[in-house]
Amino acid sequence: MKRVDKALAAALLAPGLLLALFGLGGGAWLWATLAPHERDTLAAVIETRGMLLVLLGLVLWALAAWALNRLYHTHVAAAARLLDQARSRSGSTDATHAIEPAGSAALRGIGESLNELLRQRKDLHEQMAAKVAEAARHIDQERARLAALMAELTQAVVVCNLDGRILLYNQRARMQFRALSSAPELAGGAELIGLGRSIYSVFERRLVAHALENIQARLQRGAMHPTAQFVTTTRAGQLLRAMMTPVRGASGEAKGGDEIHGFVLMLDNITREFEADSARDALLHGFTEGTRASLGNLQAAVEMLEMPDLDAAMRERFQAVVRDEAQAMTQRVRELAARGAQDLSTRWPLEDMHGADFIAAAQRRLETLGLRVSAHEVDAALWLKVDSFSLLMALASLGSRLFGEHDIQRVELRLGVARSERDPGSDPMRAHLDLLWIGQAMSTETVIGWETEPMRIGADSSALSVREVVQRHGGEFWFERERVRHAAFFRFLLPLAGARGPLDDNTFVRGESRPEYYDFDLFAQTESSRALDERSLAELSCTVFDTETTGLNPSQGDEIIQIGATRIVAGKLRRQETFEQLVDPQRDIPATGVAIHGIEPAMVRGQPTIDTVLPAFHAFAQDTVLVGHNAAFDMRFLQLKEERTGVRFEQPVLDTLLLSALAQPNQESHGLEDIAARLGVPVMGRHTALGDAIVTAEVFLKLIPLLQAAGIHTLGQAREAAQKTLYARLQY
Amino acid sequence: MTHKVLIADDEPNIVISLEYLLGRAGYRVLVARDGQQAIDMIRSERPALVLLDVMMPIKSGHEVCAELRADETLRGTRVLMLSAKGRATDIDKGLGVGADAYMTKPFSTKELAAKVAEMLGAAS
Repeated sequence: MKRVDKALAAALLAPGLLLALFGLGGGAWLWATLAPHERDTLAAVIETRGMLLVLLGLVLWALAAWALNRLYHTHVAAAARLLDQARSRSGSTDATHAIEPAGSAALRGIGESLNELLRQRKDLHEQMAAKVAEAARHIDQERARLAALMAELTQAVVVCNLDGRILLYNQRARMQFRALSSAPELAGGAELIGLGRSIYSVFERRLVAHALENIQARLQRGAMHPTAQFVTTTRAGQLLRAMMTPVRGASGEAKGGDEIHGFVLMLDNITREFEADSARDALLHGFTEGTRASLGNLQAAVEMLEMPDLDAAMRERFQAVVRDEAQAMTQRVRELAARGAQDLSTRWPLEDMHGADFIAAAQRRLETLGLRVSAHEVDAALWLKVDSFSLLMALASLGSRLFGEHDIQRVELRLGVARSERDPGSDPMRAHLDLLWIGQAMSTETVIGWETEPMRIGADSSALSVREVVQRHGGEFWFERERVRHAAFFRFLLPLAGARGPLDDNTFVRGESRPEYYDFDLFAQTESSRALDERSLAELSCTVFDTETTGLNPSQGDEIIQIGATRIVAGKLRRQETFEQLVDPQRDIPATGVAIHGIEPAMVRGQPTIDTVLPAFHAFAQDTVLVGHNAAFDMRFLQLKEERTGVRFEQPVLDTLLLSALAQPNQESHGLEDIAARLGVPVMGRHTALGDAIVTAEVFLKLIPLLQAAGIHTLGQAREAAQKTLYARLQY
Repeated sequence: MTHKVLIADDEPNIVISLEYLLGRAGYRVLVARDGQQAIDMIRSERPALVLLDVMMPIKSGHEVCAELRADETLRGTRVLMLSAKGRATDIDKGLGVGADAYMTKPFSTKELAAKVAEMLGAAS
C-alpha cells in the first residue's frame, strides 16, 4: 500500500509543481520582454490582482489532481487489486469466491472473465471429486464383496505376501487354524492366524518356498495358471493339504504380470480323510490276506478231492474243509460289506442348504413327475444339513409311487422345526419335512415296502432305499394320517445346519465380523531389512495387553488372574484378534481387589493355571511389540513366571504411560482414563483385562501422531525417550 | 531214502491237505502248530524241508527262519515259506530272513509238490 500511496502523492503533486513552474517561468519570460513602463503597469496590476492569479492556478491544480486521481484509481489501483485477487485464487484451489470487478470497463471485463474461469474450475473440481468418491466407493464395494465371498467360502483361504505375512483370511481358515492350535481353548488359533502374522508358524518355510519356486518355474515356462500342492503335518499333529496359487501383478502393470506379489493358500484338513483312508486300506488289506488264505485252503482241499484214490473218510474231511472255508469267506464278505456301508454313511457329504431352497427344488422335481405341488407352510429361517441329491430322489420316489400307484394328483410340502415332545422349550435340533396329500392312505405294509425297496423314478433307479437315505442323514421317517383333514403324510426328520455338537472343521459358521479379515495394504509391507528399532511406530505390529492380578506385589506372592490382549497391525486395531483368559492363581483373591476387577474366587476356580496360559499368550504375542499401560507392572508379573513356564518375553515393550508423558509433558495425570478422556477415546469395559487392553490400544494409536509432532517417529526413538522420562525411574 | 518234511502251520484246514499230499508223495510228514513247536521239532527231528507259514502263534515264520539260519547245526534245513502275504515287500522279507523259496496262497498243490521235489532233489 505504501508504494501506491507514494505514486498517488506524486501524481497529485506533479501537476501543482508543473503549474507553479509554468506560471513562474512564463511570468519571468514575459517580464524580461517588457519595457520599463510596461513592467510598472504589470507590477501595479499584479499587486492588486495577484491573488486572483494564484487562486486561478490553485483551481487548475485541483482540477488536474482530481482528474489524475480518478485515472489512477480506475486504471492503476484497480489493475493492481485485480492482480492480487487473481493471484490469491490461483495459489489455492480452495479459494473459489468470486473476484469483485472494479476499475475501467476493460478491467471489469477481465474480472468477469476470471470469475467465469473460477466457476469452471470449481465445477471441474467438484466433478473430479465426485468421480474419485464414486471410484473409491466402487473399490470399497468390491473389497466388501470379496470379503463377503471369502467369508462364505466353505474352503479355508489365506492370502499372504511374499514374506509369508497373512493379509487376508476367511472364517473357515480361522476355524481350521483353531483345530490346529495346540491350545484351542486359550488362544483359539488366534496365535496362528491373524493379519500380519507369519504363515511360517504353521508351515515350514522351505515347504512354502519350494512351492513358490515350482510356480515360478512353471510361470517361466509359460503356464497360464500354475498352482502347487503340498501336504504337511502341523505341530498339533494334524495333516494339512495346501494348494498354492500365486498372486500376480495386474496385467497392465509396467513390470509385467509375471511378477509374484504373494500367494493364496487353500487349506484342507485331511487328517480325518487320511485316517479313514488308512482304515479302509487296512480293512482291504486284511480282507485280501484272509481271502488268500481261505482260497489257498479251498484250492488245496478241492485238489485233494480230485484224487482218484481218496478214501471215504478223507473225502469227508476235505469236504468239511471246503464247507468250513466257504462259510468263513461268506462271513468275511458280509463283514466287509457292513463296514463299507458304515464307512459310506460317515463319509456322506452333508452340506448346509437353505430349507426354502430345498423345498423349491423339491417342488420343481415333483412337478416334473406330473404332480401339482404346493408349499405354504415353509419355515424360511431354517438351514438344513442334507445331501440334497439323495433326499430329492427319496421325495421323488415317494411322489412317483403316490402318482403312479395311487393316482394322487396333488401334494403339499411342509417344512418346520421339530421340537422335542418331552421338552418343547429346548433348542430345536431337527427339522421336519412333510410330503402331504389329501385322500387315500395306504397300508403300513405298502409304506414299509416303499421305504425299504430301492428307489425308482421312472427309468431312473438308485441302489439306495428311502430308509438308507434317512439313515445317512441320521434322521427318521414315518407315515401318519391327519383324520380331520382326511389327509396323510410322510414325515422326514432331518438335521439342522449348525446343530451338530462341537465345532469341527466341517461345520460352517456364518461370521459376523467378516469385513475385518483383510488388509491389502500389507501387500506392500515387506520385512524390509530395517531393524525393528528403525521402524516407524505406525507400522509396528503390536500386542496390546493388560493383566488383572490379586494384588500389587508379585514378589510377595501376588498372582495374575486374567490376561487380555488385542492386536494392532499396520496402524489399525484388530478387534477380532483377541486373547482373553481367566487364570486360576491357586491362592485367594483379596476382597479389595474383587471390588476393582470384579473377579470372584469362584470365577477362576477350574480355569487353567498360569503354566498353561502363559505359553499360549506367548504364542499369541510372538513376532510383535508388547504395549501396555504401566507395562513395567505387568511385565514384572510375566518375568517372574519365565523360569517356571519356560517362556521368555524378549520382544521390545512400549508403555503408554511413558509415551503419554512424552507426548503431553505438561499434563499432570497420565492415568489411562485421563489420557483416554484427553484424546477422546471412549472408555468401556474398564478393569477387565481385555477392556483395558482395547482402551490402551486406542490410546496408543492416538499418541502416535502426537509423538511424531514431538520428533519421536521410530520404535527406537520412543524407547530411548521413554527411558529418560521421570516415570521410567518407578520401580515395582 | 524217505525225506522228512515238517509242516509248520496253525491253520488245520491247510495242514490236512498238505499232510495228505506229501504223505501220498512218499514223504515222512511232521506237523507243528506254532513257531516254537516248529523250532523244537526241527532240532529233534532234523527234517530236510520245512513248509513254513508266516503268521503263527508264539513265534512267526520269520523268527523261526532267522533262528534256523543263525544256528550252525540247523543252517542246512531247506525252508519253503508259505503265506497269504503276497506283496513284493512280504516276499522280499521272507527271502531276506533266509527262506529258500516263497509261495503265496492260494497255490496249486501240483506246483507245491513239484517245488518240494525240486528242493529235496537239490538237498539230497
